[in-house]
Amino acid sequence: MALEKPYKDVPGTTIFDAEQSRKGYWLNQFCVSLMKPENRARFKANERACLDEWPMTEEQKLAVMSRDLNRCIALGGNIYFLARIGATDGKSFQQMAGSMTGLSEEEYRDMMISGGRSIEGNRYTHEWEKK
Amino acid sequence: MARITASVYTSHVPAIGAALDLGKTGEPYWQKVFSGYEFSKAWLKENTPDVIFLVYNDHATAFSLEMIPTFAIGCAAEFKPADEGWGPRPVPVVKGHPELAAHIAQSVIMDDFDLTIVNKMDVDHGLTVPLSLMCGQPSEWPCPVIPFAVNVVQYPVPSGRRCYQLGKAIRKAVESYDAPLKVQVWGTGGMSHQLQGPRAGLINREWDNAFLDRLIADPAGLSQMPHIDYVREAGSEGIELVMWLIARGALSDKPPKVAHRFYHVPASNTAVGHLILENQQ
Repeated sequence: MALEKPYKDVPGTTIFDAEQSRKGYWLNQFCVSLMKPENRARFKANERACLDEWPMTEEQKLAVMSRDLNRCIALGGNIYFLARIGATDGKSFQQMAGSMTGLSEEEYRDMMISGGRSIEGNRYTHEWEKK
Repeated sequence: MARITASVYTSHVPAIGAALDLGKTGEPYWQKVFSGYEFSKAWLKENTPDVIFLVYNDHATAFSLEMIPTFAIGCAAEFKPADEGWGPRPVPVVKGHPELAAHIAQSVIMDDFDLTIVNKMDVDHGLTVPLSLMCGQPSEWPCPVIPFAVNVVQYPVPSGRRCYQLGKAIRKAVESYDAPLKVQVWGTGGMSHQLQGPRAGLINREWDNAFLDRLIADPAGLSQMPHIDYVREAGSEGIELVMWLIARGALSDKPPKVAHRFYHVPASNTAVGHLILENQQ
């Protein structure tokens, strides 16, 4: 019997479950390597060479190089791991989160200051399909 | 015998740590956050425990995908602040309480909660930001801390029900420790926030405040809330709030005294919630 995954019915959200974790294992472990200053420096000097040392898929490597966090997450990345890339780039969590929403950095910051994204209309995937 | 005197609940946003460490606490944006902790710092000075049992989550820092323990108790003599990619936070080393930690581990495992025992671990903002919020910027933390890490990174996280029951087992463990220690149990993380995907930035003020109300008055009922409600209503990272139920379960069954309550939006991407509940024996 298949497992129940009601969280698939939440719009704009990818839950990092065992299936995603398996897909993203090496992508996330690469991110862990960026916790060491020397690895951050090596990555900055030559991103491609650094990524080629990991058994990641080509898609994952391209998603990292283009800093497409939504794509990284679709390919199994988890935001707490991906945050190491942002930290290496000197980005804050707010800049990283905002980059996934289609808003500019300023628009996202303003949205948060005025109370954040409302829950209304953002609970179920069908609510987004109508948009 | 040791006893649990109070529980403290707070969000642990990394940007709060950065604001403190970079001297931005006076900025109006951050002033609104820190103002909610003025009472708390004075309260902790008045009510300094002998040990803090600090429930938090590691953010892919000490535990990568190589190992993902659901519940991990830190039994070491000390825990260093971790380098999370921005360099380690300039905060004191966290001193543990290996004797009490080992006692709690043994008691709780005998009560069917299969903890992972950790004797070497760095601690990230999940643990150090709550200490900073409650203690300011001291040269030493005011007492030993037992780090208790809960997996909220890879789904499924432990259920609210399991966390609440675990809190009760921790209470029993503390109360059977043969030294007159005053112990506080802290629950951290939350409140509503989502850090990923096009729905990032989600905040649910109404839901958060109902959570605070129920945590105070109806924790057993609240503990029955299923995973999906947290994810849908409080955001993919809002599910960290299950950790608050561990701290709440550690209080006695009598209604606690609400010493302090604070709620503010935003700190970075997150709704900041904060409670101090004093245990009524």
